[in-house]
Amino acid sequence: MSETVIKCESVYKIFGQNAKKMLEESNGNVDAKTFQERGCIVGVNNASFEVAKGEMLVVMGLSGSGKSTLLRCISRLTDATGGKIFIEGQDLLELNNKELIDLRRNKMGMVFQSFALLPHKTVVENIAFPLQIKGTNTEESISRAMEMVKLVGLDGRENYFPRELSGGQQQRVGIARSLAVEPDIWFLDEPFSALDPLIRKEMQDEFLRLQEKLQKTIMFITHDFDEALKLADRIAIMKDGIIEQLDTPANIVLNPATEYVRKFTEEVPREKVLIIEDVMDASSKDNLGDLKVSKDEIIENVAEKILTQEKLVGVVDSNNNIVGSIKPSKIIDTVFGGRKNGS
Amino acid sequence: MEYLKKYPKLFQWLFLLIVFFALCFAIDVPETYKFIRGQAEFVKDPNQSVYFFLGKEVRYYAFDVFWRLPPLLGWLPIWINDSLFFLMNEWMPMEFWNEDTQEFKTRPLLLEISRNLTSFMTFLIELIREILLGGLETIVAFTSWDFIDAYPWLELPGLPWTIVAAGAALLSYKLSGKGLALFAGLTMIYISIFGQWKPSMQTLSFILVAAPLSFIFGLGLGIAAYKSKRVEKALYPILLVMQTMPQYAVLVPALVLFGVGDHAAVIITMVVAVPPMILLTILGLRAIPPEVIEAGRMSGCTNWQLMFKVLIPTARRDILIGVNQVIMVCFSMAVISAFIGAKGLGFNLLLALNQLNIGLALEAGLCISLIAILLDKMSLAWANKQTDYFGNLTFFQRNKNVIFFAASFVIGIILAYVGTFIFKGSFNYLFEIPHNKGISTADFWNKGVDWIFDTFFVYIKAFNTWLIQDVLQPMRALYLRMPAVATLVLAVGAGYLIGGVRSALVVAALTLFIALSPWWDRALVTLYMATFGVVISCLIGFTVGTLCFQNKKSAAFMLGVCDIFQTFPSFVYLIPVMMLFGITDTSVLIAVIVYATIPATRYTIEGLRSVPVGLHEAATMSGVNKFQRLTKIEFPLAFPHMMLGLNQTIVFALFMVIIGAFIGTEDLGQYILKALSDKNGAGIGLTLGICVAFIGLIFDNLIRTWVGKRKKHLGIA
Repeated sequence: MSETVIKCESVYKIFGQNAKKMLEESNGNVDAKTFQERGCIVGVNNASFEVAKGEMLVVMGLSGSGKSTLLRCISRLTDATGGKIFIEGQDLLELNNKELIDLRRNKMGMVFQSFALLPHKTVVENIAFPLQIKGTNTEESISRAMEMVKLVGLDGRENYFPRELSGGQQQRVGIARSLAVEPDIWFLDEPFSALDPLIRKEMQDEFLRLQEKLQKTIMFITHDFDEALKLADRIAIMKDGIIEQLDTPANIVLNPATEYVRKFTEEVPREKVLIIEDVMDASSKDNLGDLKVSKDEIIENVAEKILTQEKLVGVVDSNNNIVGSIKPSKIIDTVFGGRKNGS
Repeated sequence: MEYLKKYPKLFQWLFLLIVFFALCFAIDVPETYKFIRGQAEFVKDPNQSVYFFLGKEVRYYAFDVFWRLPPLLGWLPIWINDSLFFLMNEWMPMEFWNEDTQEFKTRPLLLEISRNLTSFMTFLIELIREILLGGLETIVAFTSWDFIDAYPWLELPGLPWTIVAAGAALLSYKLSGKGLALFAGLTMIYISIFGQWKPSMQTLSFILVAAPLSFIFGLGLGIAAYKSKRVEKALYPILLVMQTMPQYAVLVPALVLFGVGDHAAVIITMVVAVPPMILLTILGLRAIPPEVIEAGRMSGCTNWQLMFKVLIPTARRDILIGVNQVIMVCFSMAVISAFIGAKGLGFNLLLALNQLNIGLALEAGLCISLIAILLDKMSLAWANKQTDYFGNLTFFQRNKNVIFFAASFVIGIILAYVGTFIFKGSFNYLFEIPHNKGISTADFWNKGVDWIFDTFFVYIKAFNTWLIQDVLQPMRALYLRMPAVATLVLAVGAGYLIGGVRSALVVAALTLFIALSPWWDRALVTLYMATFGVVISCLIGFTVGTLCFQNKKSAAFMLGVCDIFQTFPSFVYLIPVMMLFGITDTSVLIAVIVYATIPATRYTIEGLRSVPVGLHEAATMSGVNKFQRLTKIEFPLAFPHMMLGLNQTIVFALFMVIIGAFIGTEDLGQYILKALSDKNGAGIGLTLGICVAFIGLIFDNLIRTWVGKRKKHLGIA
């Protein structure tokens, strides 16, 4: 595993007057109900995880699950009540105001659900804003902002005001703004939730394209499980402030840790999530048919081919070495098996 | 019984009214009771009762406590007055260095602060005034009288009017474009040609000091209140009272603290103009979506950058309304502060009104209104201006406005110089057209007024007599007939029914303050005039608003008209009504009605507009016709907002009623005006002002509480 960029150690965020005191008394055993009775609301409950460089961690949860609060703790828009957060080894909660501002100016970018553009500035001014805040001169910041305008495909609209743009375009501006300072860490708080489905899909693809190119360390918040599956390297599923499970999409679908996670995975079309490697039989490499498939293929893409075979299908790695095999019936098992109404 | 269960509120109100009228009939008018006219109450009369409190003697006519409460707060004005005097002249004497006499001098602290503040204000005003009109005080301020005697050519000559006009037009062009530039140019030329240059520039210099200072202080305090709950809590009651305090009333204590003249006027204008600015700043900042603030923080803003680059620009809309209010108040005060010796158009306006020279008053009023509209539009354009980063401009294009101004500066000076040859022996019209030496239409207007008067005298008189004898006098008598206890019961009962115990207590306290002051009768008269004005204004405003709302264009047009009318200084409204109805209560009431109709109309249109489109469509699909839609959907939903309009209408009406004292009324305003010329008037003026403010606040509290509940009920909070 490459180096860790974000590291959380038992992070708590509790809203309310005596939050800090109550947390100390509870010895890390926070029960949302008893806290609520005493006038405190638990936002994040004992969150511990790491995000590696270039990795995309998607935090998934329904509204009120504490996912946005968690993100705000890590960007220190709110101060965590307890626990430790490290950004590239630096203790975030120990930073003074100046150091924090420095960190945000150079290392962090954030995209918001409601776009949060400045209504009095044009597209290019909005994008140049973080640069100008840093003290970059007008000419340089504008020319850099123009590069970003091109990157997100808004050329020709640089002098529009946010109110003159559609939701998708506004979010492109938000994305461009968050990338203007070339941050290493990229926070996205439900960036596509306010967009309609077609635009959302388009933006997701665009986002993947950008990430391929930029390779940022990303924390992405969403309430849409499909979106999480599509984008994530790893997914953290949150409920009532607690991270229920943190794993790769395939593992979450195949081995849901709790009842709550299982409910989510039930309706997920597995063939779209799992790759051949997840379901192949690595032990049997004999008696193979003519068809060979790559282990990194998503099942959906090769299912039809495999299902027409009668013999075992060989699975190969990128060097064309056989690493396992798959029975056609396994595909049917994967797609239809394990569901509530199935098998 | 079933009815009672269905409409419990209705019966509670009915019960309240029955109690009220029962009290009214049960309590007889005492035989000795009469409305005290003029200064009669200051006459010592053996029939008066006397009591002493804090060493102050209070004399009053005693009645049955059910009829009129004794003025237990009668000592308050005298006490305020004495305290002010003590603070100014005796409190905290300290040694201060005096530049002129080169020695230390003992002075009370407050007096010294006041004097320093005044000299600073005077300097600012003089500086701008002398750039525009010429003079030598500014140079003297930096040097000495001896110095200016030695170098008399150092005296500022003042700018020729041509340059100021060109400058105003160019600035408007840069800010907005051709339209505004044309308007600015024409306004300046009009002012000059009609011989109003000097007073206009005096007023302008006053505004150019008062408005920016009010803006800065209002914004600053607004930010402070936004950041700190404690500051907000401390400011809030003052803001509330200031919102409904008549502007006259603030003048009186200012006289004591700052003396007479432009400087006092600037300070007092700030006192009046800052509160709405603070309120709107807080409102705007509170309305910013939290994500925008977070976006600013994540961009790495320092607190300072966050405030000035993110928060304030985002809250621009409300802050701009604040600026608009500031400018409005400044112009309003520019006229009113002529009472305490501010120079300029306001002074001329007052003088002309006093002489009943309607034509002159009209000209001065028009000038003020034009400048007010111009400044208002310019400030709006300034805030909406944007920069072009990509235009590849040449040096000339980038600096063309500066170049044009320089050119017009030179041309203006040349013209002025040429003028000295053309107009030898008379006035140099190309430099400055002296006051009343320009074209004047005053005679035309005066003749017009005379003609209207001669022609329609019979009708106007008949209308006037009818209104006063058959409507106003009986109404006034009815109001005065209310026993104090009955009024209190009505007010407190209404408070309880609308807002529960809390509202009842607030209303009771406010009403008691007025009832225990020596001016209960006057307050009733004020209330009667305001009620009359408000009822008619609302009838007109709600009707006009509803009619205009039927068509998008006419609605927008009407809002524009409201904007312009609102920019007129309140005093200007007195001019046309005095033209038609002379010095009567009718004049005041018509001015009140015209002035108070503005908010009534505006809020009606805005309220109807704010009804969600979805509901419109839903209603249309259920097959309602236009009238049904209006009565079943739009009115119920817009009603809370329209009630806020009623609230504003009441405030506007009260303002105008008090200003109407200038024409001659027998309400609280009359005494405020009197206090202005009274050596010991500060306490009286302030207490009277508070009484008027409290009348406004009683309604404010009731209406706001009701609107809050109603909006919650409708789910549109």
